[in-house]
Amino acid sequence: MSFQYTILILLIPLACFLINGLVGMKFKPLLSGILGTAGLGIIWLLSLFTAYTYFFQVGQVNGEFQKIVVINAEWLRFTDKLHIDMGILLDPISVMMLVVITTVSFMVHLYSIGYMHGERGFQRFYAFLALFTFSMLGLVVATNIFQMYVFWELVGVSSFLLIGFYYDRPSAVAASKKAFIVTRFADLGFLIGILVLSYFTGTFDFIALTGSDQSIFASGAAASFMGLSALTWAALLIFMGGAGKSAMFPLHIWLPDAMEGPTPVSALIHAATMVVAGVFLVARMFPVFFFQAPAALELVAYVGGFTSLFAAIIACTQFDIKRVLAFSTLSQIGYMMLALGVSGYGGHEGLGYMAALFHLFTHAMFKALLFLGAGSVIHAVHSNVMQEMGGLRKYLPVTHLTFLIACLTIAGVPFLSGFFSKDEILVAAWQSNKFLFAVEFLVAGITAFYMFRLYFNIFWGKEKTYAHPPHESPLTMTIPLVLLALGSIFAGYLPFSELISSDYKPFETTLHLSVAIPSVLIGLAGIGLAMLFYRRESTLPDRIAASLGSFYKVVLNKFYIDELYLFVTRKIIFNYISRPIAWFDRHIVDGTMNGIGWVTETSSQKIKGLQSGRISQYGFVFAIAAVGLALVFIYFIN
Amino acid sequence: MIEGIPMQHLLIVSLFMFFAGVCGFIIRKNMITILMSVELILNAVNINLLVFNKYLFPEQLQGHFFALFVMGIAAAEAAVAIALIINIYRRLNSINVEEVTEMKY
Repeated sequence: MSFQYTILILLIPLACFLINGLVGMKFKPLLSGILGTAGLGIIWLLSLFTAYTYFFQVGQVNGEFQKIVVINAEWLRFTDKLHIDMGILLDPISVMMLVVITTVSFMVHLYSIGYMHGERGFQRFYAFLALFTFSMLGLVVATNIFQMYVFWELVGVSSFLLIGFYYDRPSAVAASKKAFIVTRFADLGFLIGILVLSYFTGTFDFIALTGSDQSIFASGAAASFMGLSALTWAALLIFMGGAGKSAMFPLHIWLPDAMEGPTPVSALIHAATMVVAGVFLVARMFPVFFFQAPAALELVAYVGGFTSLFAAIIACTQFDIKRVLAFSTLSQIGYMMLALGVSGYGGHEGLGYMAALFHLFTHAMFKALLFLGAGSVIHAVHSNVMQEMGGLRKYLPVTHLTFLIACLTIAGVPFLSGFFSKDEILVAAWQSNKFLFAVEFLVAGITAFYMFRLYFNIFWGKEKTYAHPPHESPLTMTIPLVLLALGSIFAGYLPFSELISSDYKPFETTLHLSVAIPSVLIGLAGIGLAMLFYRRESTLPDRIAASLGSFYKVVLNKFYIDELYLFVTRKIIFNYISRPIAWFDRHIVDGTMNGIGWVTETSSQKIKGLQSGRISQYGFVFAIAAVGLALVFIYFIN
Repeated sequence: MIEGIPMQHLLIVSLFMFFAGVCGFIIRKNMITILMSVELILNAVNINLLVFNKYLFPEQLQGHFFALFVMGIAAAEAAVAIALIINIYRRLNSINVEEVTEMKY
């Protein structure tokens, strides 16, 4: 079975981008939307077909999933050993990501036909969506780390373009710049990490880096810098790139602001696909982390654990529904990072690895559903703020039901997909680190609480007076909601551990009741608490907030991390680094250049009188000079 | 025909002609006169070419041919120069070289 056709999965979105981007403005908006959606529909089917053939027909040889390099063309050659290729690598995680990306992207394309209806720049929106899909797919099928880096940056650019889609709003422009600069800063670390790693190993190739031959790492493990081996540094820097893209603390500040983009974009990029690129990166490099840089892997676990707790606490206090979801995304990605960080290698030891990717898969479904549901609510009431909502369940029955399913899923209610994946993560944490387990256990409760705070505030509570009576969204919006809801319910029944594992060999997992029952109970407790607080209009939440006093205020302001960044950049970096550099540039660099210009101009002003336009004067000077030269040649130069 | 005349005498004539031309070029105001001075300079050079050819290498003819070339060039140059002078006269109503200083800085 040949997988040559998978190149189409990359080329079709690229073609959609080029067509919509170059000649889209000549089309009717709807045509452009249908073109993009049809393209995505085709690659969705292709991806599902690829996944089916890979997982169930040809992928497995002798009980081990194969890494199939479909295409690998040389792109840039530096030396014989060091060259950058572009190609397609199929292995369980890249095939799984193909399915995740195309599914969510297809749903978002379909949904946007309704959501973005009548917006200015509709074709531009579809062009950017296709560009994003192309880059994200290129990222996951990368055969080598440099190809991944190239697409990684493309993903960053398309995220920047889509966050700043409403470029006439200053807040959207600021948010897009913030997202771009923060992730770029992190990518600098990623690039240095790649270069350090490839300097010591002499290869960019994933198969070589993650293969069984560990000898290529010998020189890197031997070299040390500031007490850590060069490979640990490389892994830490690569994780820095991943942390920037996945918005891990302390590089998380761009994600909540990124909600300025259109809601389908938040669903696609800032919930389901791009922000999990960091998780994917660590998973892709997992053998390097595990065998060569265990210290870096431990950091991954703690950063993930801390971010999940930190973001969950903030999510409880926010009022913008998209921001609540953004912090919830942070928290869930923290879960995945933690699961990777605590994972071992091989068989049941590698439970965390499988759990992280399992959660990635289910999270993509239910978080995209939550965002699209939120978009549907925003579409109906024209507001992002939950105080202006309430009692919407009567007006938006489909949205209400699907949103409820998503909330139940993320809260870990049994037999929905989130329950299974979260259970695996908690088990993995329990097996290796009791402290992190306790954190995650707590976060499970908080997650349930804030999700149902959101749910009750939107759909229950006191009915507000709306300027226009809210109405259910059109079919193009509700169909994706229903499909994603089905995905959220049933994704958990996939035999994930038999498909994806750290050493590519299937293994068996069972439900761990000793972990599952308490986690379900704490989830239900969170739901109960939220119901008590928010189901009916009550002053209880306000009183509790008041009794918490300054702590509540700190959390409401997101622990003042943004302010801290502003302080560091404006007060310290701008004043003590940028200003002197700017001064040097203006006065020394520019001064030298201006000085040269000034000298030339002034001297030419002084001597231009020589060119008088009088021929006799020229002739005189010429004759005297000729005589003078003749004398010089006769008497001084033989 | 010119036997008995030493070479120096001919060269002195040529020298006078040359410096008369240079002085005329620098001192005169009338453009036509300046053009005539240029012709003097060129002809002084021609005399030199012929004299050296005749006295130093009598069996060769390069000097003669070179003098012919110089005369041809001088004729062409005179035609161009007179055309320029006529145009300057039409434009400025003068052929005084002092007044033609358009091409200064």
